[in-house]
Amino acid sequence: MTLKLALPKGWIQGYTAAFLQRAGFEYPDYRESSRSYRPKSRTFPDLFTKVLHEKDIAIQVASGNYDLAICGSDWTQELLIKYHSDAIVKVRDLGYGQRELYLCTSRFSGLHSVEAVKSMSGPVRIVSEYPNLAEAFALKLRLPNFRIFPVWGATDVYPPEHADLAIVSATSEDELGEKGLIPIARILSGNAWLIANRNSLQQKNMSSILTPFYRTSPQVNEEEEELTISEIDSEDKFESSVFPDGVVSLAFPDGHQQTHVIRFLKDVNFNLKGYRTPLPTRRPAPVFDGISVKVVRPQDMPLQVANGNFDLAITGQDWLADQLYQFPSSPVEELVNLGFGRVRIVAVAHNDVPAESISDLKRLMRSGEIPVLRIASEYTNIADKYARDNHLSPYKVIPSWGATEAFLPEDADVLIENAETGSTLKKNNLKIIENLFESTGCLIGNSNSLVDPVKKDRIGKLIKIFEKGIEGKGG
Amino acid sequence: MKIPRCKGANDLMPQDMLRFRRMEEVFRTSCLAWGYKEIRTPTLEYLHLFTSAGTLTPEMLSRVYTFLDWDGWSGERVVLRPDGTIPAARFYVENMRNSSVARLCYVENMFSFEGTGQKSRERWQCGAELIGETEPQGDAELIMLALEILDKLNVSPVSVKLSHVGLFKTLLREIGLDEEEQARRLKEILSGDASILNNIEGQSPGVRRFLNLLLDLRGKSPGFLENLNSVLPGKLKAVKHCIDDLAQIVELLDSIGQDYEIDFASGEGFEYYTGMVFQFYSRGKLLGNGGRYDELISLVGGDHVPASGFAFFPNRIDLVRIDEAESGPVKILLTSNIELVEGMKYSFEIAGLLRAEGYIVQLDMGKDSEADYHWLVSFEKKGKQILFNLTDQTTGEEQSQLSRKQLLEALKAGAK
Repeated sequence: MTLKLALPKGWIQGYTAAFLQRAGFEYPDYRESSRSYRPKSRTFPDLFTKVLHEKDIAIQVASGNYDLAICGSDWTQELLIKYHSDAIVKVRDLGYGQRELYLCTSRFSGLHSVEAVKSMSGPVRIVSEYPNLAEAFALKLRLPNFRIFPVWGATDVYPPEHADLAIVSATSEDELGEKGLIPIARILSGNAWLIANRNSLQQKNMSSILTPFYRTSPQVNEEEEELTISEIDSEDKFESSVFPDGVVSLAFPDGHQQTHVIRFLKDVNFNLKGYRTPLPTRRPAPVFDGISVKVVRPQDMPLQVANGNFDLAITGQDWLADQLYQFPSSPVEELVNLGFGRVRIVAVAHNDVPAESISDLKRLMRSGEIPVLRIASEYTNIADKYARDNHLSPYKVIPSWGATEAFLPEDADVLIENAETGSTLKKNNLKIIENLFESTGCLIGNSNSLVDPVKKDRIGKLIKIFEKGIEGKGG
Repeated sequence: MKIPRCKGANDLMPQDMLRFRRMEEVFRTSCLAWGYKEIRTPTLEYLHLFTSAGTLTPEMLSRVYTFLDWDGWSGERVVLRPDGTIPAARFYVENMRNSSVARLCYVENMFSFEGTGQKSRERWQCGAELIGETEPQGDAELIMLALEILDKLNVSPVSVKLSHVGLFKTLLREIGLDEEEQARRLKEILSGDASILNNIEGQSPGVRRFLNLLLDLRGKSPGFLENLNSVLPGKLKAVKHCIDDLAQIVELLDSIGQDYEIDFASGEGFEYYTGMVFQFYSRGKLLGNGGRYDELISLVGGDHVPASGFAFFPNRIDLVRIDEAESGPVKILLTSNIELVEGMKYSFEIAGLLRAEGYIVQLDMGKDSEADYHWLVSFEKKGKQILFNLTDQTTGEEQSQLSRKQLLEALKAGAK
């Protein structure tokens, strides 16, 4: 019987690798910046180990795909607070990787305390990578009106103009200060934990794997982490500021698309001081008056443009489609197809699966070889529509926050992924079974932004500048 | 492939539906006769209708079904209605705020998550709400209406339990707890644990003794409330008006000979309750409950308008008896001995005729079990005439070669 262990990627990876080394697991391929998805333990050669995005781990353990996992307690709570499940057992506080979840505002915000938040007249806008905890927080505080904006990242850049509060994880208050945020309350605190699937604990002998964890982690004062609201006095850190009307708000992407955008902006002489890799700031200063720029995740832009936080944004058509499939009446539209960063959105299967097309997959489903089709994707709405349109019943969409190619073949049957050249897929022993559509970078806008005449004029000028870049390429 | 029903969802079987419809029908006709108007609010409401303090407790809110609607890009969440009274209050504010008194009733389903999947996550409620300045007759009207409904449903015996959430709110304030502590304690009382009042430290012996009496005794007469008033410590005199409030209802129940029990420990209920609360029991089973909610209308955006209401839970009323006579008119199985197309034509025509007389008629498809029917009717063609054979399944008696008129007469005679 093979036991399955999931380990986290990301900032906690180095600490986890050091812990496992101390515990005697010996993973030569799991280190601070290693990229292997399936490291092997020399001590436990029969243990199947997968490296997943930390946000994906709790759901994988809850659904029984993994017997054991290491995961920050914040992400476990994020799942359990919304989906009351007893499928996850928190086994051991591992004593490292402490993080706190802070309720923050900007230093230019008028919200200086939890009491001020409670007495806000309009809806309280809360931005967070932890939408379930954010909702639980709002309910606990009995906020009469609130909006939760789930984001993929760059949470710190939203307040004060584009959100009233940010719920952010950090290792210290100083870390928040560097991002221009001021914590007004601490709402959750916890270390990395060893978690287990309840059925696995009840039915499988996992003692050989559990023992080194118990031997190595110090006996810590395990307090049950619960959502609490402990206020932090930050009164003297606030400053006042005025945000002028009529300013056009732009969002530019970080990550993979950024290099394309930098090149494009250079071509159209749109100078943006501080928009380079690595990013020195998420608020680069534009040369034009009357516009403000923030750098956010391209995944978050369609939603942020729809709700009026940004007037214009550069993202990909893939993310725009994902948004419109979920919210068909969303007031966000493509204004200019910028033509760069061309990728194909594809359905992908593992090379070992005897399917070259979607009809082959359906045949495998009919014959019972695939009882429920598991589709993993970062594009959950594109994946859902794909399954519906192709009548792939029954199916499950498994949301992923990255490294999706690691899901095949054990934890999913199909991926909906983007592919530029297809080399990453090939390297992971995967194949394309269908092309869904092509996606390029595009300028998107909110159809309601044009009501303000000052903004309308500025937006018109900006669109002309961007169109120039296309004409120059004969596009 | 077998696709089971969703976890936590229940099918209602034909017998359940008969009981449900009977309950619903008695509830509706009684309410309409008392001047209540039936409404139906949408299944989807904005989440924030339920999030203000004084509406639903955080514990209840943590179990509601919330999600982003198709146009939820603004971040605003919607919810599958977890409660009937709050949407009715919203309905009143939106549509009827100028009417001095509104009598509303509804039969609606509510949704609330339950972890084991053993209990249904969808519950039905037959609710009546009386909104406007009607105190104290309003509470009395609601209790009398509820008792009439239970009586018409032949549910017996019925006992009424009375308590007073306003009394607890006043008590917690008067014994000197800060606001946060008051809210915390009230939450526990509303979830059914009033005994926490015994554990509040720092109270004088007089107050402690009064709280003990309040929770331990079960009053069966107006005298009980008089007794409480006479041992009320000076510090708690503000609760006197709550006790007097109850006394009026108790006297009314006494005068009609209705069994009741004043049980302050049974304060279980919703956070929006502000005054008297009541529960209806039969054979140890809670059938429904209600209470006064004077702050709710203003919490959902209306003026300060007092109100109270009650609800029955049809899926808990398995005490409603459905006997054979109520399960519908007499059933007939109709068989044709004529070739197919012509036979079908006559079958539909004859079945229509019998249905018009009030019988349930099913056409024989050759698969039905004859035992399920009171009458078997078959027909054949003799020349131009249709002749009928009739079997009474309950007696085994057969009559043959009947004309249409004779058939109807024989059925009528047999039904007697």
